[in-house]
Order: sequence, then structure tokens, then C-alpha cells
Amino acid sequence: MDGGFGVLWLQAGGCGGCTMSALAADDVGLVKALGRFGIRLLWHPSLSEESGPEALDILTAAAQGRLRVDALCVEGAVLTGPNGSGRFQILSGTGRPMARWIADIAAHAHAVVAVGSCAAYGGVPMAGMNPSDAVGLQYDGGLLGAEFRARSGLPVVNVAGCAPHPGWLVETLAELALGTLTADKLDALGRPRAFADHLAHHGCGRNEFYEFKASAARPSDRGCLMENLGCKATQAPGDCNLRRWNGFGSCTDGGFACVACTSPGFQDPGAPFQETPKVAGIPVGLPVDMPKAWFVALAALSKSATPQRVRANAHADHVVVPPARKPAK
Amino acid sequence: MTRLILGPFNRVEGDLEVTLDVSDGVVADARVTAPMYRGFERILHGRPAADALVIAPRICGICSVSQSVAAARALAAVSGAEAPPNGRLAADLVLACENAADHLTHFVLFFMPDFARACYAARPWFEEARRRFAAGDGEAGRRLIPARARFLHLMGLLAGKWPHSLALQPGGTTKAVDSGERMRLLSILAEFREALEAELYGGRLEAVAALAAPDWTGGDLGLFLRIARDLGLDRLGRGPGAFLSHGSFDLFPAGAVVDGRWRALDAATVTEDLSHSWMATADLPDADKPAAYSWCKAPRLDGRVVETGALARQVVAGDPLALALVAESGGTVRDRVLMRLVELARLVVAMEGWARALEPGQPFCAGPPHPPRGTAAGLVEAARGALGHWLRVADGAIASYAIVAPTTWNFSPRDAAGTPGALEQALAGTPIPAGDRNPVAVQHVVRSFDPCMACTVH
Repeated sequence: MDGGFGVLWLQAGGCGGCTMSALAADDVGLVKALGRFGIRLLWHPSLSEESGPEALDILTAAAQGRLRVDALCVEGAVLTGPNGSGRFQILSGTGRPMARWIADIAAHAHAVVAVGSCAAYGGVPMAGMNPSDAVGLQYDGGLLGAEFRARSGLPVVNVAGCAPHPGWLVETLAELALGTLTADKLDALGRPRAFADHLAHHGCGRNEFYEFKASAARPSDRGCLMENLGCKATQAPGDCNLRRWNGFGSCTDGGFACVACTSPGFQDPGAPFQETPKVAGIPVGLPVDMPKAWFVALAALSKSATPQRVRANAHADHVVVPPARKPAK
Repeated sequence: MTRLILGPFNRVEGDLEVTLDVSDGVVADARVTAPMYRGFERILHGRPAADALVIAPRICGICSVSQSVAAARALAAVSGAEAPPNGRLAADLVLACENAADHLTHFVLFFMPDFARACYAARPWFEEARRRFAAGDGEAGRRLIPARARFLHLMGLLAGKWPHSLALQPGGTTKAVDSGERMRLLSILAEFREALEAELYGGRLEAVAALAAPDWTGGDLGLFLRIARDLGLDRLGRGPGAFLSHGSFDLFPAGAVVDGRWRALDAATVTEDLSHSWMATADLPDADKPAAYSWCKAPRLDGRVVETGALARQVVAGDPLALALVAESGGTVRDRVLMRLVELARLVVAMEGWARALEPGQPFCAGPPHPPRGTAAGLVEAARGALGHWLRVADGAIASYAIVAPTTWNFSPRDAAGTPGALEQALAGTPIPAGDRNPVAVQHVVRSFDPCMACTVH
């Protein structure tokens, strides 16, 4: 158990989807993708051989600071209920709440990484009336508190997303292993700026429809998903359309709205996920750094200039009007 | 009598604790505890009906598509939506991709690494098991996990991403496939077939799909069957002998087999017993409830404990191999694992046919004819068994949402009559060597169900 950059992984109140996503990292799998950077898993609940008492030995050594943990990865929200007892998630075989284990190991870890929006901000378990009193690791009343800093001096690194792109996780851990992930490389919500400085909208395959405000009306239409179908990609942090998901995809390429899953509170949008709330016919939630009046004016102008091809294709699930060609000379 | 408390249980999805009372070297009594509660049924309550398509998949990151399909089917039933043929084919491809990937992940990463443990060093097959399946760096994992990742490109193409897609709608799928993409799908499937045939099976998928007896010798499947014979896995972990399937695709029909007799599926006879769950009502927790020992509820089919999963699916479908295995052994560790691998081969062959049948240019999604109203069930088979969503919509909002997941069936606690759940029954009689704090046979029995605890304790 020596050499390299050791990662200990805990699954808190989540769905395991972050691990499932990471298992497809770089088309080679998490273990190999991390191994390229000298990163090894001290223990992972889905991947390690050690079970029961052997696993507890590792976790106990980490909680007591006897086992060096270069990065503690936590997947899932911290379930603090009922009544602050943490009994909604007991670590099997220990009788102790997972929340206590996380806090104890985090106290010695050189870096703490929240994998996914549950661990970062509470996420879906926090939705509605938050039946399990779910919180994130650090954000807004999170388990470790606003002042928490890992041994490295970094706050909790929030690899947000539901589930995050495996590349976000691998690249973040790799940068930690190389010692170059500094605080200025995180945004105000602890997300690595490597992906959070982009918007999910950037590189969207529906870009031409967006430009002309040629909007989809029904699921499977090719048009822009923003005006009617609830797409939040123009506001959502993520390089989602600048890289591929599972080799070929992205949410918008898959034909459905971005739900801004990298943002705190995405689970409670205040309107149906797949409908765009509007005031006087104008979508609420326009791009945040553009004057609204300009957006409305440009939208009206571009709508009036929409080519018939774009308008027709926006309301079809396949290309019904191909681009015009210059006549041959 | 000695008591063993086993946990944390890794290489299962989510949290699991098993308490065993051991007497005369065997398990006399087992209690299965799911130690986590998130409250999804509460979370869904009162939301706009279609929000279930975003929330429900996030119950579970391994059965995400299965949860989506159950929600979409329930919503389709309350809104009259009907998917066009392309939409059905695409949804089947996405669901089968998840089921097939799960079967592979389970075998390679979760189940087989236990045979590479040092306790088996004296067995004749150990060196091969170690080379192929050692956790972390086994050869099978190094070769098949990349194959799985590239197989999931099908998800990227048809569902945008996996897990947690919104592509599966009540009226079909949101991604229409063009003719080039149809070829790419076939190419993805061809590559996956190649990897399975070369590594996992050492033979053609069609030959595995038509297997008539547990006598395959090639690839990792052959290795597993040799290990199974040597360790007597055909006698280990015998379940309740009653089976439930919601039916899957047009391949495996729905139904149940109880007391050796087939019966049609009647979802109305499903009840949930709360006597040993930390639940005050169907959706309100009570962590201090006396006699309770799990967050899992105890679903019963017409009062009976049933097992669900690939073996159950094939037994209910009347598959000759599954019926022969169950007649011989009653449904054991060997049977569950073997039928999973046989089903994997069948799924990939079927997927090739579905991808060919897609008709680019024809519709993939139809709108619902009316707003959602009333009550309906969305039933589906996840890789690990029968999943049901029971939905009631009033004024466009979710008035109630009940979820019964496969592992809720398999890992249920006792009911009011004291009848143990399927795994609890399967663990009884498992040999426990004196002084062994972490008996490996227990691991085999537990993992043979391919548990998904995240679903279980939604």
C-alpha cells in the first residue's frame, strides 16, 4: 500500500451513478485512467477486493490518520437525519453514521473531492422537503463547514454533475496528483474551472436553431430546446458539448433539455423540468450575462430572418430540408 | 450459537449489512439490513407528473434506465401515450444496453473477484481465476471493462449519456437516428460481440444463447462452471423456489412461478409489509421502530416470498435450461450466475436485430393524447429483476408514487408472519468455517443476486 497517490472512496447517500459513469472513463475504465497518473484506489466500495473486516481496517486506519489519504472522494449526499443523528445512513458493520466516518477521514485527508452534485451541494436527495436532511460536504451548511480546508489547504473540490462526466473526475484527480490544482483553479462554488468556466451551451449541436430561435415544440424535434422545452444550457456550467459523453452524446444531442445538473438546487427548478417558464411569452432564465432587452430584440430579429430550412427542420426529428447548394457553374 | 455481523459489504451497489447466527458450522438464521434511507417517494410527492422522468432515474445509477422506463411506462399509461415502432426499438436498445452492461459488470467486477481471494489458493483453478479476476488488475477486467465502456457508446448515441438520461419519454425517445447513426449502432454491437465471444465465452453468442446444460467449457463462462462444480455452487444459496418476472422486451414474457406452477402476473396482488422495516407508513420513516432492522420493505406476491432476476426471468419464460437447473437444484448461486451470462448473449443477439429494424426518417416519439390523470403501474425488468412504479396523478401532480425494486424483493426483511426474505432464506445453511470472520461462501450467495441496494432503499 505504498507509493503513488492514494484515493479512498466512500459512497454516502447517493445512487452509485458517479461510480458507474467513472467506470467508463476514457473508454478504458477508472482504474486504468487513474493509473496513468500514478493514482491508485486505497479502497473503493464497488471495485476493491476487501470486504467486511478487511475494509474496516483500511477505513479505521484512514480515520485515525495512520493511512495516508491523498484524496478522499465522497459520492452521494451526507444524510444527517433523523434529528441530526445521521442514522439514515449507518456504515455497515460499524453502527456509526457515514457522516461521522466522512468527517473523521476528511480531517486527515490531503484533499477532499465531492464526486457529483449530491456530495457537492446535496443534489436530488435534498429535493422537495428533503426527507433525509441531506446536505453536501461543504456548500451552504454542508457537513464539514465553510471554514474547512483539507491538509493541502484546498476547500472541498466539487466535481459537480449528475452524474459528472468521467473526464471531469479523472482530470481533477490527475491535477491533484500532479500538485497543480490550486485554489484559483476553482470557481466560487468549488467547481474546477477547467470545466466550469464553460457553459453546457458551448458547442451545442443545435446552435443554428438557437441563433435563429427556431425552437423545438415537442420531444424529438431538432430545434433549440431553450424556448419551450426547459433547456438551461445557456446558464449551466460545464463543457458538456465540448466533449463527448459515452463516446457520442450529450444531453442536447440526445434530444432533451439540460437540467443544469452542475448547479446547486438544480433538483428544484420551481417549474416542470421539461417546460420553459415564461413571462409575457418571454422565457425566464435567459443567459445571465446578456442584457435582457438586447436578447429579446435579437431574438425577434433572428426569428424574422430564419431560413425556411431551419424553421422546417426545427419541427422535425430528421432533416426534412437539406441546406441549399450553389448551382453548378 | 455465535453471531456474525458482516459489513461493509463491497462489490454490491450501495449499503448492505448481514447478520448471521451460526450454529454447528452453518448459518441458522440470517437478517439482511439495508442501512440507508433517502425518501424518494416523499421527494416525488406533489411534483409535476413528468418530473418523475428526471427524479426517478436518480434513485439508482446502475438501474437508471430501468427506472426511466418504469416512470415513462407509468406516465404513458396515465396519458394515453403510445410510442411509434422506432421509439419502442430505441427504448429497447437503451434498456437492453443497460441490462447487458450490468450483467457484464456484475460478473467481471463484483462476483468473480471472490474466487481470486487467497482462501482459494489450493484449488486447481485458482491461478487462472487469479489471473483473470483479481480485483483491480485482473485480465478479464482489463479487457472487458474497456469493451463495456465502448458498448455504452450506444447510450451516448441513443440516450445522450448514461446514467441519468431524459431520452426515454412516455411517447418514445427524443433522439431520432439517421442512417449513418444506425450503422454506428451496428458497429458498436459488432465490437461488443467480438469482445464477449473472444474473452467471456470463447465461442459464438448463438451457441451460448442455445445452451441446454451447464456444460459450457470455453472462456470465463467455462472457468466459472468448473469452479461451480468444484465448490458445489449448484447447492449453495438455494432461494425460495418461487419466481417473479415483469417480462422483458418481446423476448421474456411476464408471470410468476410459485409451487412449481406458472401463473399470470397480477400486479394488484403485490403488497408491501412494513413489520420489520424502519417505516411508520409506506413513505414515512421511523428509525426507532421496535423489531425493525432494515430500511427495506417486505414486498410479497399474493403473500409469498419470491425471487427475481435473470434466473427468475428465464424460469417464468419457460426456458428449458433454467427449468432444468431449478428442477435439479431449486435455484442456487450457480443458476443465477449462469442464467445471467446466457441472457447476456441472448440480449446482444436481439439488439443486433432491433438496430437493423430501425427506420430512419420514421418518427421516434409521439405526443401524449391527453394530460396525465388517474392511476397506473409502470412495470419493467432491470438487470437484477422486477421493478415497478405505481403512480397516481391528480391535477397534473404526483399524488402518490410507490416504487418496488428488484432487490427490495430479493433482500426483503421478514414479514409480519416472520417469513424471511429471499436472501435470508438463501443464506440459511451456508457453511461457516470456525473462526472465519469474513466467510467467502456468504459473499458468493449475496452477490449471486446482483444486489442493488440504492434501488432497494429509494
